[in-house]
Amino acid sequence: MRKASIALIASAALLSTALAAKPVTFALPEESVPVDLADAEGEPVVNACSTCHSLEYITTQPRGKGAQFWKDSVAKMVNVYKAPLEPADADAIASALARKFG
Amino acid sequence: MTTFDRRHFISGAGLSLLAGPALGAAKSVTLPFGNGARPLVKMPQKRPMILLTSRPPQLETPFEVFNEGLITPNDAFFVRYHLSGLPTVIDPANFRLSIGGHVEKPLELSLAKLKRDFPVTEIVAVNQCSGNSRGFVNPRVGGGQLGNGAMGNARWRGVPLRALLDKAGVREGARQVTFNGLDNPALDTIPDFVKALDLDHARDGEVMVAFAMNGADLPFLNGYPLRLVVPGHFGTYWVKHLNEINVVDAQFDGYWMKTAYRIPDNDCNCLVPGQKPDKTKPIGRFNVRSFITSHTDGAKVAAGRLTELRGIAFSGGSNIARLAVSIDGGQNWLDAQLGEDAGRYSFREWRLGVTLPKGVHAIKVRAYTHDGETQPLEARWQPAGYMHNAVETTHLEAA
Repeated sequence: MRKASIALIASAALLSTALAAKPVTFALPEESVPVDLADAEGEPVVNACSTCHSLEYITTQPRGKGAQFWKDSVAKMVNVYKAPLEPADADAIASALARKFG
Repeated sequence: MTTFDRRHFISGAGLSLLAGPALGAAKSVTLPFGNGARPLVKMPQKRPMILLTSRPPQLETPFEVFNEGLITPNDAFFVRYHLSGLPTVIDPANFRLSIGGHVEKPLELSLAKLKRDFPVTEIVAVNQCSGNSRGFVNPRVGGGQLGNGAMGNARWRGVPLRALLDKAGVREGARQVTFNGLDNPALDTIPDFVKALDLDHARDGEVMVAFAMNGADLPFLNGYPLRLVVPGHFGTYWVKHLNEINVVDAQFDGYWMKTAYRIPDNDCNCLVPGQKPDKTKPIGRFNVRSFITSHTDGAKVAAGRLTELRGIAFSGGSNIARLAVSIDGGQNWLDAQLGEDAGRYSFREWRLGVTLPKGVHAIKVRAYTHDGETQPLEARWQPAGYMHNAVETTHLEAA
């Protein structure tokens, strides 16, 4: 019994060494547009926001936080992370988010 | 998943290809707060996990895993990234960890050299996201809306950071040590994710550059091939895919230290909801927490018969000294039996047998540390929703 388990450990170690020598690759999973954003009003949101992150970042936020919550969120993306958005586009996106998820 | 299997099979030819093209969410869960519906998804090297976001990946551990044992399995361990530019290929043969900056002799270490030329140690330690449980913060705040599953306990194996710093020779005047990983921002204007520790902390002998967890290589999504382990401290410091360590002779002022991950600098690290802090400081150690893992809220048990309650507790480094359980909504408290002590940074098991009369009972659990810290009965509030650690209440229906 003891012998068998030692052999098992040895072969597991060998396997892990062999695997460790290989390059490991990773690809991000496919994304889909959430239903809540899959309309004309959602389009500018999808286009702008998904440049940097998937859209669950938006759809999982608490609801009912009000228009200012979304205005502040978009402002953070523009001011802190320098999302390349014209002010008018940023306003339109904040308004769309407030209407959908306000 | 067929495609994934085929690609994985092909990987035998020389590449370990980890990604499947589709997440294939067949099931979902609803976390117990508003807008809490989440798909359960399967990502490489992971069992189905609660999806918060897919790019970058953020996965939460299904809570029932915490009742299966004190060690959180690698394939169930939570995942949190900040930047969408994950490395797409990591070749362990070419990977190098650099230790440089304010040192006598900068180092460039291969994985083989790291494992061969330095002392290797192990520690069992909890990693917990600063925003774990943010979904329960009331009033709600923006950010990753997590349940209680952005935590896990693992046996980490690696090289003490102190040994690496000593080998490089920290120069006079050094103040902090910074840590950077292979992940990059989606845009150049987004600050790279770099964290810093004070030099004394970095050299305490416990902070570790880990290459394995629970006896296996780190899963890709938990930082393969190296991650920083900072026992007792929030996960924001546990930099993944760690490849660059820099000693600096000033207070590091990068965005992720100076602006993000800051907490109110007052006695309770808390504010009246809606208030803005006068003064902040970088988040640090965990505050003490405890959970019931044996029963979920609303579970049914047999009235008048012995029910064994079981759960976990942990803290930022002071041993769990006492675990109190109330079966009457907090009026009276009973001492639970503490399980094996796997070290002051580990989950600690607790058990208590109780007999409940017919009816619905609010069961509360409250941990106390050796240093006298305990959990607040009412939740404290921070603007970023960090450090939620209020006493948990689980309702049981005895029938």
